Amino acid sequence: MERDDCILIIDDEVQIRRLLEITLSANEYKIAEAKTGKEGLTMAALSHPSLIILDLGLPDADGIDILKKLREWFFKPIIILTVKNSESDIIKALDNGANDFITKPFRTGELMARIRVAIRQSQNQTDNPLLEFGSLSIDLSNHTARKNNIMLKLTSTEYSLLVLLAKNEGRVLTHQFILKEIWGMGYIEQTQYLRVFVAQLRKKIEDNPSMPELLNTVSGIGYRFGS
Amino acid sequence: MIDIDDNRLNPDELLNSLKSEEEKSKRGKLKIFFGMCAGVGKTYSMLKAAHEEKLKGIDIIIGYVETHNRKETAELVEGFEIIKRKKSNYKSTNLEEMDLDAIVARKPQIVLVDELAHTNVPGSRHIKRFHDIMEILEQGINVYTTLNVQHLESRSDTVAQITGIVVRETVPDEIFEIADDIELVDLPPDELLQRLSEGKVYSADKSKGAIENFFRKGNITALREMALRLVADRVDKQLHDYMQQKRIKGPWKTGLHILVAMGCSPYSAKLLRWAKSLSYSMDAKIQAIYVETTHNLTTKEQEQFNKNLNLAKQLGIKVRIITSNDKVKAIINFAQKENITHIFVGKPRVRNLFSMLSLGNFVNKLIRYSGNIDVYILGSDHLAKDRFKNKVSILPFTSNLSQYFIVSLYISVISVICLIFKNFIGYQVVSFVLLFLVSFLALFFGTGPILLAASLSSIIWDFLFIPPQFTLHIEKPEDMLMLLMFFIIALLNGILTSRVRRQEKKIRIREERTHALYQLARDLANTNTIEDVSKTAYKFISENFSIECMIFLKNDYNKLQTENDQLSENEISIAYWVFNHISKAGKFTNTLPSSDYTFYPLHGNTENIGVIAVKLKNNFTQGESEYWETCLTQISGKYEREFLRNTAKKAYLLNESDKLYKTLFNSISHELRIPVATIMGASDTLLSQTYPEEIKHKLYLEINTASIRLNRLIENLLNMSRLETGRISLRTDWCDINDLAYKVSENLRQELLPFNYETVIPSDMPLVNIDFGLLEQVLHNLILNSTQHAPEGSNIRMKFFYDNAYLIINIMDRGEGFPENDLNLVFNKFYRGSNAKTGGTGLGLSIVKGFVEAHNGTVTASNRKNGGAIFTIKIPVLTTDISKIKENIE
Repeated sequence: MERDDCILIIDDEVQIRRLLEITLSANEYKIAEAKTGKEGLTMAALSHPSLIILDLGLPDADGIDILKKLREWFFKPIIILTVKNSESDIIKALDNGANDFITKPFRTGELMARIRVAIRQSQNQTDNPLLEFGSLSIDLSNHTARKNNIMLKLTSTEYSLLVLLAKNEGRVLTHQFILKEIWGMGYIEQTQYLRVFVAQLRKKIEDNPSMPELLNTVSGIGYRFGS
Repeated sequence: MIDIDDNRLNPDELLNSLKSEEEKSKRGKLKIFFGMCAGVGKTYSMLKAAHEEKLKGIDIIIGYVETHNRKETAELVEGFEIIKRKKSNYKSTNLEEMDLDAIVARKPQIVLVDELAHTNVPGSRHIKRFHDIMEILEQGINVYTTLNVQHLESRSDTVAQITGIVVRETVPDEIFEIADDIELVDLPPDELLQRLSEGKVYSADKSKGAIENFFRKGNITALREMALRLVADRVDKQLHDYMQQKRIKGPWKTGLHILVAMGCSPYSAKLLRWAKSLSYSMDAKIQAIYVETTHNLTTKEQEQFNKNLNLAKQLGIKVRIITSNDKVKAIINFAQKENITHIFVGKPRVRNLFSMLSLGNFVNKLIRYSGNIDVYILGSDHLAKDRFKNKVSILPFTSNLSQYFIVSLYISVISVICLIFKNFIGYQVVSFVLLFLVSFLALFFGTGPILLAASLSSIIWDFLFIPPQFTLHIEKPEDMLMLLMFFIIALLNGILTSRVRRQEKKIRIREERTHALYQLARDLANTNTIEDVSKTAYKFISENFSIECMIFLKNDYNKLQTENDQLSENEISIAYWVFNHISKAGKFTNTLPSSDYTFYPLHGNTENIGVIAVKLKNNFTQGESEYWETCLTQISGKYEREFLRNTAKKAYLLNESDKLYKTLFNSISHELRIPVATIMGASDTLLSQTYPEEIKHKLYLEINTASIRLNRLIENLLNMSRLETGRISLRTDWCDINDLAYKVSENLRQELLPFNYETVIPSDMPLVNIDFGLLEQVLHNLILNSTQHAPEGSNIRMKFFYDNAYLIINIMDRGEGFPENDLNLVFNKFYRGSNAKTGGTGLGLSIVKGFVEAHNGTVTASNRKNGGAIFTIKIPVLTTDISKIKENIE
């Protein structure tokens, strides 16, 4: 199967680039590479990538700045590559338009899955009012959600939360982002609300709420919807 | 007396001879070309000797030579390297001086320095050249120098007597003894006179005056005798020493021991000089004693006393200061203790009736109690007379005028009151009232005012009260007698009282000082940093001495730190000098006295600590100086302890970090190598040959496992370094325990597969405020630990509950548990259980402890009753009531 999707890798580490090139080629993606932030910006314009993998620790520029510049005109998914223990950087990147992040060292399998979800998500921007995730379906036109074809009793907040997450399938949404979207700017610090509603929602939408498969926690950062 | 075996050597003497030998060997050698007066050819001989040394290939240079434009001498100077003289500008005249630093820096084997007795230009480092020479010698450089007999301290009096010229440029006799070699440069008087008249010594016009004044044949002969005798004495002494050292039989040292009883008159100085030269020819040991009494010294006496002390020091006489009111007893006691054979005292001076009685008594008593010690009484001369006059004029009137006025006022007022009541009490009672008043006043006023009070009151009594009134005439003989007795009693009473007070004051001062020293010791004991010691020292000095002071301490590299705006560059260099030479300098000292500050070294038992600079208005008196040095000793001692403690601490820390570093390396290098070896080996195999898919897959798995292990090791190391550097900052947030438990189990899914794993969370578990990431790591490490120690198929349980503001987490397994003795050690860095599988670093649990403690929590390990280990984490947490939130939002 020949894909048309081109993936741009912006990373200064040659070994990481080589690994990604091998892995992605094996998965039949086209590859474009850039060693620096500046080169990355040029390549992004030239190679029309479907997705960009951006390392936050570039030698010539702050990764966040590159991200911001890309986001001025590039609306396709961007996945951030970063080191662990930099939660604040990750949150900053996500708040500045990154779709997802992955920490080094990473498992290539996981990375491929994220890439696949992100690309699919970006290409499936249809007006279909019906969102389906396995046994869960959400009907945006009727403001209803069903699990195993049984209508779920959701409060209006639960429903808004579910829709926000589902519409951004595969994307990591930070706590602050969700709080702002659902409750408004004044609630941005009230993470306890979010915890309570996530726990409630899980009880309604998950097969096993203590082992959630749809509404996933991203430690210290936020949530990601979808497997 | 029993005669001890003559051959036996006194051990003290042997030790002394060894000691002086040792000191001499470190120091450069001093050779003095010694002559009776100028013009005998000392410089010439010195240069000749230098030429001979130079021929032997010795590095010999000229530090300072004065040719006095003598042709023969000037010729000899040629061929030597000459250190350039240092030019200085003093009071707008250009002066030249020997460049001490240049010589020390040049470090030749021998340096020639002319005129040992020379006094340096004001502003030089040392007052006298002999100080310069001592410094050069200390650097291990040999010195050739020249000296005339009249410049020796102990001879200067005699020279003044013979020639009538007072010699100001003197050097202590000590240097004569320090010298390793003395070469006598002699010339018969006639030849010298001839040389003089030929103008070979001074230019023609000068030499005429010189001959008339100084170079008379009689003078020269006397000086020559003195010089010859000195050198002969020295040779004699050297012979004695030599015999003693080599244990040659012969006449031993006489064992004479002189004690000089010194006082505070200029006469004592003479006494000291005399005693010194006598001791030299008698070959006797010498020391001096000063008995401090309650008698207050006047400023002049104090000054003279300090001069005498300095003189004694210069003459090499040790002075013992003893406090006692009985001079005779003190001297005799001391003499007996020190085996003194001769006591030298000055002939007492008759000052007044009282002193005649007491001082005459002093000599008589001394002789009476001296037993088999010889007492020498040396006569006084014009100097003493001088002082006598001086003394009488200043003795009684030491108090200021206001005191006299106040005393007169009191007497007058009381007299007037008595006059009013005279008719009731009678004139005789008035005498008692006045007598009482005089005694009372003596409690508050000095001797002078009391004398006035006694005289005044007796006159008033006579004039106003004794009949016939208002005349000085007295009719009755008994009244006359009473008036006389009144006067004497008043006087004695007053003087005795004031003497007691003086004594009391002295004792009080001493007590205050003792108390202050005690206080200082206590304050210093309470300090435990160098800054605190400095603070205490500054406070103590400003409170007890009220002087401005600055303390400079050494830094880690044993260099003096002198960052200070108040000191000039010159003064800072004095501080360095004091630090390096461990002796005081600056104002009121012999070294660089032109400075505004006096610098004292701070020196502990072994360590050189620093320098203290003080701005003194007046020099310390003897008592103050001792007090000051005692304080400095205490302060330096404390500094030293602190410096040593710091050094020890640094060494300890270095040792600790070294230990950690080694353990880390031993542990880590092993742990790093194994996964790296696996990855290298497996990938190598995969690259080299084609294997069946099955084997390939196994190798892939190995690589994968090794890389996970490597990653875990790196994670642990990073976390450890975060903990060690204190960069852990909590980012607490509300957390659903279910989320946490699921995340941990999910991450360890592979590892937990072979176990019966269970998490227990009560349904009413509230949200807790914790750092999700850190706690996730904590639980991850603990469960991983369990998987490594428990047998496959056993139960691993993680249980959460909330109890009274505490989040409590138990992690239980059915492994072997811990050895009882190790329960305290399991959280230590690099602790490895004896039964641990490979793959751990011994860091996991100490990271657990660090992260839990970052939450202000505790973690403990213990063994379960039925086998296995249990970890209990207890973290104080904020919680939220979930039901309330639900009410709030919906």
